[in-house]
Amino acid sequence: MRDLMSLAARPEVISLAGGFPATDSFPQDVFDSINRNISDTQRALSLQYGPTEGFDFLKDDIAEIMAAEGTQVDPAHVLVTTGGQQAIDLVTKTFIDPGDIVLAEGPAYAGALTTFSSYQTDVRHVPMDGAGVVVEELEQMLRSLDREGRRAKLVYVVPNFSNPGGTTLSLERRVRLVDLAAEWDLLLVEDNPYGFLRFDGEALPTLLTLDGGRGNVLYLGSFSKIISPGIRTGWIVAPPAVYQKIVFGKQAADLCSSPMNQLFVHGFVSSGAWREYVERLIGIYRSRRDAMLAALAEEFPAGSTWNVPQGGFFVWATVPGVHTGDMLAKAIEENVAYVRGDAFYQDGQGTDSMRLNFSGSPEARLQEGVRRLGAVIADQLELYRALGL
Amino acid sequence: MSGKHVCVLHGGRSLERDISLRTGHRVVRALRAKDYRVTPIDVDESLVRQLVELRPEAAFIAMHGKGGEDGTVQELLEILRIPYTGSGVLSSIRAMDKVLSKHILEAEGIPTPPFYAFNDAAFREMGAKDTLDIIAEDLGLPVVVKPAAQGSALGINFAADARDLPRAMVSALSFDRKVLLEKFVAGRELAVSILGAGDEARTLPVVEACPRSGHAFYDFDSRYTAGETDFTVPAELEPAVTAEVERVALATYRALDCRGFGRVDIILDESGTPWVLELNTIPGLTETSTMPMAAEAAGISFEDLVAVVMESAAL
Repeated sequence: MRDLMSLAARPEVISLAGGFPATDSFPQDVFDSINRNISDTQRALSLQYGPTEGFDFLKDDIAEIMAAEGTQVDPAHVLVTTGGQQAIDLVTKTFIDPGDIVLAEGPAYAGALTTFSSYQTDVRHVPMDGAGVVVEELEQMLRSLDREGRRAKLVYVVPNFSNPGGTTLSLERRVRLVDLAAEWDLLLVEDNPYGFLRFDGEALPTLLTLDGGRGNVLYLGSFSKIISPGIRTGWIVAPPAVYQKIVFGKQAADLCSSPMNQLFVHGFVSSGAWREYVERLIGIYRSRRDAMLAALAEEFPAGSTWNVPQGGFFVWATVPGVHTGDMLAKAIEENVAYVRGDAFYQDGQGTDSMRLNFSGSPEARLQEGVRRLGAVIADQLELYRALGL
Repeated sequence: MSGKHVCVLHGGRSLERDISLRTGHRVVRALRAKDYRVTPIDVDESLVRQLVELRPEAAFIAMHGKGGEDGTVQELLEILRIPYTGSGVLSSIRAMDKVLSKHILEAEGIPTPPFYAFNDAAFREMGAKDTLDIIAEDLGLPVVVKPAAQGSALGINFAADARDLPRAMVSALSFDRKVLLEKFVAGRELAVSILGAGDEARTLPVVEACPRSGHAFYDFDSRYTAGETDFTVPAELEPAVTAEVERVALATYRALDCRGFGRVDIILDESGTPWVLELNTIPGLTETSTMPMAAEAAGISFEDLVAVVMESAAL
C-alpha cells in the first residue's frame, strides 16, 4: 500500500489521500516577526534543552486555548508533546501491556492504529453512525468482555469530526460515555486535533469537561491543524494520578519537545494571532468541504453514501459492493488518489469505503478529483456487473 | 571504462517507480565507483529533450514495469541511436506480457503452468464470466490470477474456489486490462539470473526464496521488506536438478531473444519439473533483490555486475 501512495505524491495526481493542512496560508509577516523575536530575545533558550513537561508559559497558553474552546484545565496537568502523535504514543506506552484491549472507533485514525499495533494492543472496533461511536454497542462489548473475565484498558475516541469518519459524537453519547467510564473504571482517551475547525453547528463540551474531575479522561490536543504540523507540538492533559508516569515516558522518548518550536507556538498564541488564523482556516476549509460535497453529489454513482462533516478535514464515502483497495491502482492510473477504507480498521472492515481529504486542495482541483474518482467507480461497477458480482 | 558518459534511466510512472528509484540509485553509485561519468535521469516528459542535450554514449535502463520493461523506452533509444542495456524492443514487449511469453514458451516445449487469458473486453462485451467455472474445472483449484503485465507480484490473487475468481479478476484488472489465470503449481520458488546473450548467455547461481510465515507466496512485501524472506544461494538442489533448472532458464532466455541480463522465475515441483512463471528483462537490483545475491555467490561484486551489464549496451 505504501508504494501506491508514493505515486499519489506526483503533481499530475489529484490526491484526496493526504491529511495536509493548508500551510501556504500561514501569514509570512507573522512568521518572520515571531522568529525575529525569538532570535532577539530568546535565542539561547531556544537552543537549549528544556523541561521535560514543556515550558510553563506554553502550558498556560494551552490552558488559554482550551478555555477558548470551553474546557477549563489546570496548566499543572498539561504535558507538552512532540505532536499529537507522540501524545498517543506516550499514552499507549504508559498504559498498554502486550495483549491489552483498547476499544476504538470503527473506523479509527490510522496513526493511532499503527501506534497500538506497535505496542501489541488488541484493538476492538466499536461501530459508528452519524452521531459518532454507538455507545450502546460499546457497553455491550464491555459486558461481553466482562463475562470472559477480561476488561478494556482504554477507550480511544476522536469526538469532533473524527478522522476518517468525519462524525461528531453527540452530547447525549458524550455524557453516557463518561458515565460508563466511571462505572467501569475505564480510561477514556479523548483525541481532539480538529475541535477548533468547526464550520457549522455548536461546539459540544469535551469529555474532559463532562468527566467533572473524576480522573477518567486523558485529553490529547494538537497545534498541527490550528498552527502547523511542522512545529510538531501537541499536548496531553492528564489526571494527577497518572501525570508523572507519562512524564517518565516522555523523558525516555526525547528528553523534551523542541524548545525552539515551543517558543514559536508561544509567540503565535500570545500575540493573539492564532484566533484570526483559525478563523481564516475555517473559511478556507468550509468552502473546500462544500465544493467536495457538491462534487460528490454530482459525480458519484447512485447508491454511494457519504457523511456531511461539520468540520475537520475529511469525508468518509462508501460505495457498496466496490472493494476500494482493489480499485486504488486503477484510480492512480487515472490520476486521482484516496485512502482505502480498510486502512482504518485493525480487523479487515472498511473495504467498501474511502477517506477523502478536502483540506489539502483548492475547490477546482477537488471538483476535478471527485469527477475522476466518480468515473473510476462507475467503470469499476460496470466491471463488477460484467463479472457477475 | 574511464570517463565514459552514460545516463541511468529510472523512476518513471509505473507502479514500480519506487523500486526503480532504489535500483537506479544503486546503479548510479556502482557506475561512478567504476569511473563512469553518470547522469541519472528520473524519467518524465522531458526525457527525450534531456537525452538529445546530453548525448550520452550509452544508457542503463533501471526502470521496472510499464514504460521501462515493455519496449517503450527502448524504442525511443533506438530512434535516438543511443545504445542501451538489456533486451531489445521486441523481446521486451514479449517478456513483459506474461501471456505472450507463455505462448512462446509452450511453442518451444518449455514447461510453464497451463493457463487461460482474457482482456477485460471479453468480460464487458462477450460474457466471459460464464467461462470461469469451466476454467476452474479445467485448470484445477487453486487458480492463480495475475495481471498480464505487472511486476513485483502486484495484483496477484489466489482463488481457492471458483466463486473467488470474479473478485480475484477485479483485483488483477486494476493493474492491467489483460489478466492471466494459471494453474497453481506448489513447489519451491527459484530465481535464475542470467547474463549475456544467445549462445554466450550464462546463468548465475540459482537462488531459492522462502517467504517467512505470514506470506502465502513471494508477494510484494516479502520481496521488498528486508528480513521477510529467507534466501538460499546457491539453492540446495541435486546437481541434476540444478542442471535442468539452468537449462530451462537459459532456454527461456533464448526463446525470448533476451540480451544483457534477465531473471527467470521458476517453481520447482515435487517431481523435479521446473515450471517457468515468467522472465524479467530488467531484474531488480535493490538490497533485497535476488540478482545481486546470485552475482555475489558467483564472486561478482555489485559494481562489477553493473559494469558488465553497462558494457553490454547495444542497439
